Amino acid sequence: MEFLVTPGPMSNIPRSRWLLAHAAAVFAFLYLPIAILILYSFNGQGVGGFPPHHLTFDWYRILFADEPIWDSVLNSLQVAFAAMAISLTFGVPAALALERAQFPGKAFFRRLVLLPLILPGIITGLSLLMLFNVMGGKLSLMTIVLGHGTALISVATTEVFAGLQKLDRAQEEASLDLGANYWQTFWRITVPNLKLPIIGAALLIFTLSMDEIAVSFFLIGRDNTLPLEIWGRLRRGITPEINAVSTIIFVFSLVTIVVWYRLRVRAEGSAEVRSELIPGSATADQ
Amino acid sequence: MFSRAYKTAVTVPPLVWVTVFLLTPYLLMFCYSFWSVSPAQAIVHSWNLDNYKELFQKTVYWQTLLRSMWIAARVMLLSLLLGYPLAYFVSFYAGKRKDLLYQMVIIPLWVSYLVRAYAWKTILGSDGVLNTLLQYAHLTRRPLDFLLYSPFAVVLTLTHIYTPFTFLPIYAALEHIPRNLVEASHDLGATPAQTFWKVIFPLSIPGVVAGATFAFVLSLGDFLAPLLLGGPSGIMISNIVVSLFGAAYNWPLGAAISLGMLVIVVSLLFLSEHLEKKWSFS
Repeated sequence: MEFLVTPGPMSNIPRSRWLLAHAAAVFAFLYLPIAILILYSFNGQGVGGFPPHHLTFDWYRILFADEPIWDSVLNSLQVAFAAMAISLTFGVPAALALERAQFPGKAFFRRLVLLPLILPGIITGLSLLMLFNVMGGKLSLMTIVLGHGTALISVATTEVFAGLQKLDRAQEEASLDLGANYWQTFWRITVPNLKLPIIGAALLIFTLSMDEIAVSFFLIGRDNTLPLEIWGRLRRGITPEINAVSTIIFVFSLVTIVVWYRLRVRAEGSAEVRSELIPGSATADQ
Repeated sequence: MFSRAYKTAVTVPPLVWVTVFLLTPYLLMFCYSFWSVSPAQAIVHSWNLDNYKELFQKTVYWQTLLRSMWIAARVMLLSLLLGYPLAYFVSFYAGKRKDLLYQMVIIPLWVSYLVRAYAWKTILGSDGVLNTLLQYAHLTRRPLDFLLYSPFAVVLTLTHIYTPFTFLPIYAALEHIPRNLVEASHDLGATPAQTFWKVIFPLSIPGVVAGATFAFVLSLGDFLAPLLLGGPSGIMISNIVVSLFGAAYNWPLGAAISLGMLVIVVSLLFLSEHLEKKWSFS
């Protein structure tokens, strides 16, 4: 009967109280810096100091007039879209290959594509730097695009691979039997059926690329991405407009997550969604 | 049902791309680690073991590597201590709020890594939020200066960043535990503590291993948090590599250290995979 009373496996009130307190403490720890960030983006005295006072929009005003930051935002957007294109172009076929074809080195290939997500970014960043150095390429946004595009292939591959395993092959078979060629079948049957995993992967790749710094750090040319622009300013000293731009980006990603989550829940039911809407969950499950 | 042409078409392009932009760079790092730099600062492509000799002989590399591993170990332990009970609470006790709480653990991941590290800097600095708060409350008269620019600051920040990553696989493992096993244990007269230690915890070990590996490996190679918050006593192995690739200009030695790191990391990944398999019941 106890199961009807409490949601837990057993009604052990003292223990669940202890756990509740612990959970509250962990959430406080996770959200403290974010709260500080948002609060101090309105603080008239800039960064630090307690209590915050003279609430103001000054930092946002300064931010909107700050051209280098907006240039770097534009650069980051371009990089993220281009990286997304590369990762999907190679990641989706890679998932099909892993599910449907046999080739020598398949197990090795599967591990290799996952490496950039599990290895510290510095290793991937430096090895790409050496490659571009040997090939004589000049560092630019293009090298960052190649880095991100390659490192994030596995995001597309794991998401689409998971989608493929749930896919009923009968539709593709019917399409082929009815005279469509593989190209038509791919675009008219396979891709539409994988719409959700592909959009999910695209969003994830986009967000990861926008925030990526460890790999970009070594591949940067003349133009900065947003994280590198922020990094440069943090190294120079205290700059409160960083709080403002971070707050804006946080709110923006939050809205994106909520909208996307709603879409998925409507399409698939919540249990499914919970296990997939996670940056890095793909690697964590492996 | 899929023709040979189809299989070739989906296999070859990704294979070629990954070979050129992933496999070749890693192999190139391997090659570089056996080369050297001439006095005129050109890379000399003659194969030798000098870089490795230097690594084994100079204690600064060993000390820094050990310090990095010690920092990573503390981060791993703390994220487990924070992440496991939280995952257990959300999975078993959160009831209807499960989805919401789960999302709340994920959301901090969407705030830039850099910005969260920077937020800790504004909290821990000598005229930062915490120190001015302590003085405001008359708990200290002078700012506590061990808070920032210390290994403590690095451990705290990395723990903050990797706790959600540790939480995720543990939570996934706990969610996969069939609830009737827990009920059976309860019905057969086990106390809650016995049920936890004999049923729930053993079944969650694969998640713990995955989470621990994640936290350890990613913090081991971090170089941004130490640069931003570590000060001289918080320097980690990757910071040495960064300087060898920058001002110190000795790519081959830097490559040798990176390769050492790569070997440590890949062995840990294999070990954790082995442990996860050993403890998984399905």
